Amino acid sequence: MSIPLEHDYIGLAETSSMERSPEKISSSSSSSPPRAIEGNNSSRSNNTVLNLKETELRLGLPGSQSPERKPGPVGVSLFGKDLENKSNGCSPNPLKNFVFGAKRGFSDVIDGPPGNWVFSVNGKSDVDLGKGAVLFSCRGEKNNTQQACLPVPTKIVGVPPPPKPVQENKDQVSTVNEHGSPPAAKAQVVGWPPIRSYRKNTVASNLVKNGEDGEGKSAAGCLYVKVSMEGAPYLRKVDLKNYNNYTELSSALEKMFSCFTIGHCSSNGLPGRDGLSERCLKDLLHSSEFVLTYEDKDGDWMLVGDVPWEMFTDTCRRLRIKKGSEAIGLAPTAMEKSKTQN
Amino acid sequence: MDSEWKRFRDSPNSEELTRRSSFPDEVLERVLSLLNSHKDRSSVSLVCKDWYNAERWSRTHVFIGNCYSVSPEIVARRFPNIRSVTLKGKPRFSDFNLVPENWGADIHAWLVVFVVKYPFLEELRLKRMVISDESLEFLSVSFPNFKSLSLLSCDGFSTNGLAAIATHCKNLTELDIQENGIDDRGGSWLSCFPESFTSLEVLNFANLASDVNFDVLERLVSRCKSLRVLKVNQSISLEQLQRLLAHAPQLTELGTGSFSQQLTSHQDEELKTAFSNCKNIHTLSGLWDVKAIYLPTLYPACANLTFLNLSYAALQGGELAKLLVHCPQLRRLWVLDTVEDKGLEAVGLNCPLLEELRVFPIDPYGEEIAHEVTEAGFIAVSNGCRRLHYVLYFCRQMTNAAVETVVRNCPNFTHFRLCIMIPGRPDYTTNEPMDEAFGAVVKTCTKLQRLSVSGLLTDLTFEYIGKYAKNLETLSVAFAGSSDWGMQCVLEGCPKLRKLEIRDCPFGNKALLSGLEKYESMRSLWMSACNLTLNGCRALAREMPRLNVEVMKEDGSDESHADKVYVYRTVAGPRRDAPPSVLTL
Repeated sequence: MSIPLEHDYIGLAETSSMERSPEKISSSSSSSPPRAIEGNNSSRSNNTVLNLKETELRLGLPGSQSPERKPGPVGVSLFGKDLENKSNGCSPNPLKNFVFGAKRGFSDVIDGPPGNWVFSVNGKSDVDLGKGAVLFSCRGEKNNTQQACLPVPTKIVGVPPPPKPVQENKDQVSTVNEHGSPPAAKAQVVGWPPIRSYRKNTVASNLVKNGEDGEGKSAAGCLYVKVSMEGAPYLRKVDLKNYNNYTELSSALEKMFSCFTIGHCSSNGLPGRDGLSERCLKDLLHSSEFVLTYEDKDGDWMLVGDVPWEMFTDTCRRLRIKKGSEAIGLAPTAMEKSKTQN
Repeated sequence: MDSEWKRFRDSPNSEELTRRSSFPDEVLERVLSLLNSHKDRSSVSLVCKDWYNAERWSRTHVFIGNCYSVSPEIVARRFPNIRSVTLKGKPRFSDFNLVPENWGADIHAWLVVFVVKYPFLEELRLKRMVISDESLEFLSVSFPNFKSLSLLSCDGFSTNGLAAIATHCKNLTELDIQENGIDDRGGSWLSCFPESFTSLEVLNFANLASDVNFDVLERLVSRCKSLRVLKVNQSISLEQLQRLLAHAPQLTELGTGSFSQQLTSHQDEELKTAFSNCKNIHTLSGLWDVKAIYLPTLYPACANLTFLNLSYAALQGGELAKLLVHCPQLRRLWVLDTVEDKGLEAVGLNCPLLEELRVFPIDPYGEEIAHEVTEAGFIAVSNGCRRLHYVLYFCRQMTNAAVETVVRNCPNFTHFRLCIMIPGRPDYTTNEPMDEAFGAVVKTCTKLQRLSVSGLLTDLTFEYIGKYAKNLETLSVAFAGSSDWGMQCVLEGCPKLRKLEIRDCPFGNKALLSGLEKYESMRSLWMSACNLTLNGCRALAREMPRLNVEVMKEDGSDESHADKVYVYRTVAGPRRDAPPSVLTL
């Protein structure tokens, strides 16, 4: 079974043999809702570690491994390492908008018979609201090990209030995990949402068609580009024409993607968005954590910030917030490229 | 009849007077033949034997909501004069791939009986049935009077079958092919209509992908003077559309092709003229790949528009707003969620007569949520469209308060289908379950016939439904409820319940068996991914011999677990065409 990757958005990496830089291990279990946890073949048995895992954001599906995830440094927060410790003070509310759970939460139909997800939840009938909590299921306090992952699809999704014990779902989780690695991106519940196949297929193919025409489906005057972030369950779109400079763009992206990082709070424990924007962009660009990159007309991935804003909006096809380690190799290339271009 | 009349005259004792109707049968039949609604006819047939007979002789159209509830022989025996048959087959959840491929609902057994008993059959309307090319060919050659074929959500056939229909049905007036699992082998079927063929009134091939020969289509449209419904597919360009409209300004329903060709200003003018000549269009659909810049060409045709189906047209909110200004008579609107709340606000502002709204998601799996509608849009519509009584709304977030507001604004809902696409999602502002939302719906909307619930729901929702939804006929439930009690509330409390479909809920045998008495008054019950066991289903089957209890097993699941259960009343006994994966208990 392939081991899914862990991505720690709140910078609470635990020590593991997976080449993670040991980071602050704060126990944020109390404040953050449990998350689905992807397993890896190490450190699971570590209880301390598991506490952290409870608070980590995961995208995974049982046994899933999304293609662009590479084993690598984890424990990176988008907006600065020094915010990690503050995650305790963060409210779980950003998760409210975290709809990804839904999609990610369902075991892959492609892989196994729909039955394999039947068990999830309904079967075991929790009567309380918390049954929902499975989505971000912290699978397990203790032994969750193996399984982890997975948001066993159950009914959840929304922001679960304090983590509910989900041990009862453990067995379910294991079943789910046994199903190998479905492509994370496409895991869905069979027949949900309830839309006729004909409509799903037609509209989907139209989406693709329009996407291929270029980013802007709208009339001239808008310049929508997709923005993706490593480990985020869904992409966003921004209209580059709405911004006049890199600062504004960064600030907007920060707002947009803040829901993916619990550690987004400022040092006062408050979400200090505006004040952080300058610093964050710098953090983005100069720290080794996350880097803002874009794909230009030639299909090359470049570091954002090198060229004048107008040139950037002309050539930018899509944006990507990449993990620091991957982007490091990128920067020199980007510099070379802009040198040759200029 | 004469003997009856004589008997009436000759023995007018009071018993016979009260027993006999005061009309001769022929008169009674004549009167009853004016009844169209099958529900009325059902009621009529229960009055007395005479009325039963008069009704059965005068009935020309039969509606069978579940093809397995009755056999073709029984139907033919009761109704000798049928000209038109409507049949529905698979459980509705087959639309969402929950029913195994080879489950059944094949039309052929019916055709074989019809060819003998109803040789003058004119119309066949099928929904969720399986129909093969062979059956289509058989149909086309066996019924010389055949006029009207409508296939919705069917599968098992290809465009070759359509070719057979086009070739052989000399009197065809309607060919309506919608959203089927059709094997599209090309558009040559359209060329099979003979040049002498002129009777077509309805042609709908909007959901077929392949190109058709435009010249053939144009000639067909121009010679079928009675054509009133034309819904073409994406392969038809704007320029071609203009030519078709020029031939058929009498159209009442139009489905355009692709709406995005680059037009010269002359062509643009011509198109606008063509639209303005179509004074009778009340239904508009298609608009595939719509480029908003061409929408103004159709404004002239929108004055009488009552139904606008934009569910395949990805319009933005502002674009929709501009279009709606020209559609003051709109009663039904279907859109994609690309219009967002902004578009829905425009709906509220411009469509005071709106009765039905459906909002479909362009991207149900939400990889890139660039567009969506929220509770704000829902409220905006309800503020402006007080006559709204049918809603189908796909969204990712909702609040109890919003739904309460909506039903306060629009208390006349008959169909309320809210799909919060994230299973088990609570009210996102309060984190509470959505119980109160649906409670408000059933309390306020006393005429509610159809309800689909979603979001995080406890048994309380079902208590509300059982207590208040006294007119409810169809209920769809997914990922909801806390215990058997929920389902029991519904089964005990909703006297008019006919269809209950449940998936992924914690309802078990106890709930199933609590409805023993109920299922015979219902058309069907579907339960999948619940807590049913084979034993529970067996118990049901044992107690209620006039129900068919079908269990569909999944591979690799627990032996005793009943993964998918379909229960329906029938007078035809257990069916004999079930595949091995379907167990009839």
